[in-house]
This record gives sequence, C-alpha cells and structure tokens, in this order.
Amino acid sequence: MIAFCLRRVAMLLITLLAASAVVFFVLEVLPGDPALVMLGTEAQPETLAALRRQLGLDRPAGERYLVWIAGLIVGDLGLSVTYQVPVAQLIVERFAITGPLAAIAIALSTALAIPLGVLAAARHRRLGDVGVMTFTQFGVAVPNFWFALLLVLLFSINLGWLPAGGFPGWSAGLGPAFAALTLPAVALALPQAAILARVARSAVLDTLGEDYVRTARAKGLTQGATLRRHVLRNAMIPVVTIMGLQFSFLLAGAIIIENVFYLPGLGRLVFQAISQRDLIVVKDIVLVLAAMVVLINFVVDLLYAALDPRLRRAVS
Amino acid sequence: MIAAGFAWRRHPPLVIGGVLTLALIAIAALSLVWTPYPVTELAIARRLQSPSAAHWLGTDQFGRDVLSMLMAGSRNSFAVGFVAVGIGLVCGTTLGAFAAARRGWIDDAVMRLADFTFAFPAVISAIMITALAGPGAINAIVAIGIFTIPVFARLARGAALQVWSREFVLAARAAGKGAPRITLEHVLPNIAGLLVVQATIQFALAILAEAGLSYLGLGAQPPQASWGKMLYEAQTFMQRAPLLAIFPGAAIAVAVLAFNLLGDGLRDLVDPRLRRARA
Repeated sequence: MIAFCLRRVAMLLITLLAASAVVFFVLEVLPGDPALVMLGTEAQPETLAALRRQLGLDRPAGERYLVWIAGLIVGDLGLSVTYQVPVAQLIVERFAITGPLAAIAIALSTALAIPLGVLAAARHRRLGDVGVMTFTQFGVAVPNFWFALLLVLLFSINLGWLPAGGFPGWSAGLGPAFAALTLPAVALALPQAAILARVARSAVLDTLGEDYVRTARAKGLTQGATLRRHVLRNAMIPVVTIMGLQFSFLLAGAIIIENVFYLPGLGRLVFQAISQRDLIVVKDIVLVLAAMVVLINFVVDLLYAALDPRLRRAVS
Repeated sequence: MIAAGFAWRRHPPLVIGGVLTLALIAIAALSLVWTPYPVTELAIARRLQSPSAAHWLGTDQFGRDVLSMLMAGSRNSFAVGFVAVGIGLVCGTTLGAFAAARRGWIDDAVMRLADFTFAFPAVISAIMITALAGPGAINAIVAIGIFTIPVFARLARGAALQVWSREFVLAARAAGKGAPRITLEHVLPNIAGLLVVQATIQFALAILAEAGLSYLGLGAQPPQASWGKMLYEAQTFMQRAPLLAIFPGAAIAVAVLAFNLLGDGLRDLVDPRLRRARA
C-alpha cells in the first residue's frame, strides 16, 4: 500500500507541475505582454511600465515561473491588481462558499443516487427501475443552471421560502447561510445524482450476478441483508470512481451556479477577474480549480485501492 | 427491411432519440432560410408579450420573437456541437489509434496527456481562452473540443488495442502491412461504430457545455442567437415574464435528451455483448 501511495503522490506532483506550466504558459507567455492585456491599448506608457515592474515582466519567463511556483508553495500568490489584496486571501475567503457548496451538492447527490440506483437494480425491469431510469434521463438532460432558475421561480418568487440569490456571509449565522446555499446545492446535485444513480444501478446489477452473492442467498440471507453486506461494498467501487471523474463537472457546474445565484465564491471571483482583466487572479484561480480536480482524483485513486485490495496488488 | 423494422421496434430509445434529433436538425436547417420573424429585428413596442397567435412563444425584452430566436439558437448549438465533437473525434481518435499501434512509452505519454487534460474542464479552458482572447463562439468551440479529445483518445486506444489482438490483424501483419495501413484498413473500420456512439453522447454534452458557456457570456455573442444567452437575459425578467426562462431551457433539455437517447439506442445496437444477451 505504501509503494502504491508513493507512486500516486509522484504522479500527483508531476500532474500539478504540468498544470501550473500550462496555466502559466497560456496566461503569461502567450499574451506577449500581460500588462497590455490587463490595462488595454489605451493605457499610459508610465502606468504600463509600473505594472510591468510590479508583475516582474522585465525578467525572463522561466524565472517568473519559478518565482510563481516558489510563491505557491509558501502560499504567496501575489497581489490582485483590482482588489489590491493578496490573491491567497481572496481565494480563502471565496472558497469558504465554493467548498461548502460543492460538499453539500456531493452529499445530496450521493444520498439521492445510491438508494435510487439500488432500488432500480433490486426492481430490475419493473416499475421502480423504469421510473428511476426515466428520472435519470431527464436529470442528465436538464442543464443545472436552468433547473436553478426553475427552483428560483418556484421557491423564491412564487413561494418566497428561500432567497433567490446572494450570500449573507457565515457571520450572519448558519441558518441564513445554509438557506442561501440550499437552492444552488440542489441545482448542482440533480445532474450528478442522475449520473451516479445510473452507475450505481449498473454496478449493483453486475454484482448481483456474482457467485458469492448467490452463495450468500443460498445460505439463507435475505435480499436486503445480501445487498447491505455483500453487494453494496463491491458495487461502490465504480460509483466512487465516477464520483471522482464527475468532480470536474461539479466544479464547472459550481462556477455557473454561483453566477446564477450571485454567490461570491471562486466561480464568481474568476468572472469578475476576467471582466476586470485581472490576469493574476485568473491565473491563480484557474490553477486552484485544476488542482482541486487533480487532488480529488488522487483521493479517489487511494479510496479505490482501499475499497479494492486487488487493485493495490495489481498496481504494485 | 423487416429485420430493420423489428430492430427499431425493440429499441424505443433509438426511435424516440432518432425522431427528435431529425426534427431538431430539420428546425436548425429551416432556420437557415426561414424564421417566423427576423432574429435581429427589435420592436420595443411589442416587448415581453405572452404567447399569442402572432408570436407563438411570445416576445423577449427587445420585442424579438422567442420562437425565431429558439430556431436560430438551435443552429448555433448544433454548429458548436458539430465542430467541437469533430475536433475531439479527429484529434482524439488519431492520438488513441497511434498510441495503440505504437504501444510503449508513446502509449504511456498519450494516456498521461489524456488524464492531464481532464484537469481542465471546458469551463476552465474557456476562462483561460477568454481571459486571453475575449469571449466568442469560436473560443467556446475550442474549449469544448479540447475537453473532448481525451474522451475519444481513451476510447479509441482501448478499442484499437482489442482489434490489434485479433487474428485478422495478425494475418495482415504477416502479409507485410505496416502499422499505419493496418490502422486505416482494419482498426478504424472496426472501432467506427463505437466512436459514432460516443460522438452522439459527446454531442449532447457539447450542447450542454455550449449553453453553459453562452449563459456565462463566454460563448456566442450578440446578435448571434444562443439558448444559453437567452436564459441569461430571461433571468432579469423572471418575475414579469417567467415563460422567457422556460422555453430556452426546455429546448436545451430536449436536444440533450434526443442525442442521449440516440446514443443509448445506438450503443444497444453496436455493443455485441448486449446483442448476444438479447439473442
């Protein structure tokens, strides 16, 4: 297991380094003069020169990249040109919304998807199965930002139960903060739940056909007990894998949903940074988002090995 | 012919998906030559009208006919989907087939590259491209295309590896054919079905991604009609005209559902394991 983990950590570091190189190349080298991109062609030469000095553009790109990486390691991501505060501070503040939003959405989608998937498999080719599969077809097809608007129409505009947008801050108390995150999290969770339910159904169906399940039933276990004790653990392996792969879609969805609900999270920040041409913030957030995808897949790899010892042995 | 009809009756998703897809393609094609009203025609006097005989789906905040905009928007969605999936299909299949033919470090490198590309979902790629070159439909296409490449690379590699282990490929090699010729004459024709199925599913995902990017203002720009952009604009008028937010979303959902059903149906037809299970 240690060799497996070390190998995965090495792959993680290489991937993170490659991601940082791509982000740096696209946002700092390709534009030619990032200061010109940020200030526009109308900018005064003195202002441009000052920004070039601040960004260190008089130094070679390779050196700037190494300085950026060294800063990333110690948590110094530079200063936002627009906000005039450290980017690291901005990211931490905004992650306090994006993080819980993604976590609630994952929890909701898992809580909905696994029982639905198991129900569909247990009622294979019967009404429950058809109902779940129809729900998943629609769940996958409905864009989450449209579903979000429908939720706003119903729960905010018509019923007035939940806020249509904005975030009062965690300092306003858990109640109002969670109320503001409820509709965004539900909108984000639906497509994820639909995909996961399909995967869970097919994984449970595959596992139900295994010999050890037949043996469990033959020794007198009820269908429910067999499902709980033998089927679920084995069926969870593909579900966890797909959850990891889906994380990048969840993150992309969170960026859109934050803009639908005007939530001041990372997604909203990156959009404000684009419109303000704050390339420093864009560069750091894009890397943070990409790193989150890579890290989650790393965790999934480890979980995968913990759930299935055969994989550890195969990789070692 | 009878067998074909029988097969179609046994695959309702294929029939529903196929009919819906054809209808949507016909609407998109029709919008090239005719829409009930010109899409760019503004008429503030008739703004935010409810559905009526003159405007079947009502008008938006500028008095534009919603049905005409939906028709023109389908053209945009399909064009983006077609080109983005085309980029993914051509580049991804080439990389995957090359990796399978060469094996060794080239195979490893291509697969690591595919893994790495997954770290940049279409929205993140689009953010980088927009920060660099400004928003636009072309940038959305490139961003979606980049994210689609590794999907086809992985699929093509896996399927090609299976074909390479088949006896007819051994025979072709014994006959002196080189790897490029075997790939073109034997591998690609054998994996084409799988690729078409995946392309259909990716098309649905591309429509969703394009709508999301347009909603964020990173995709098609005015006056080009786009379903995502229509939803964004409708959000401001949700209290006064909620239907404005219903129609574009429903159009996206129907288009995605159509391609997903078509993809599922085609997969049922193409996947030999499913065929055997049914027989």
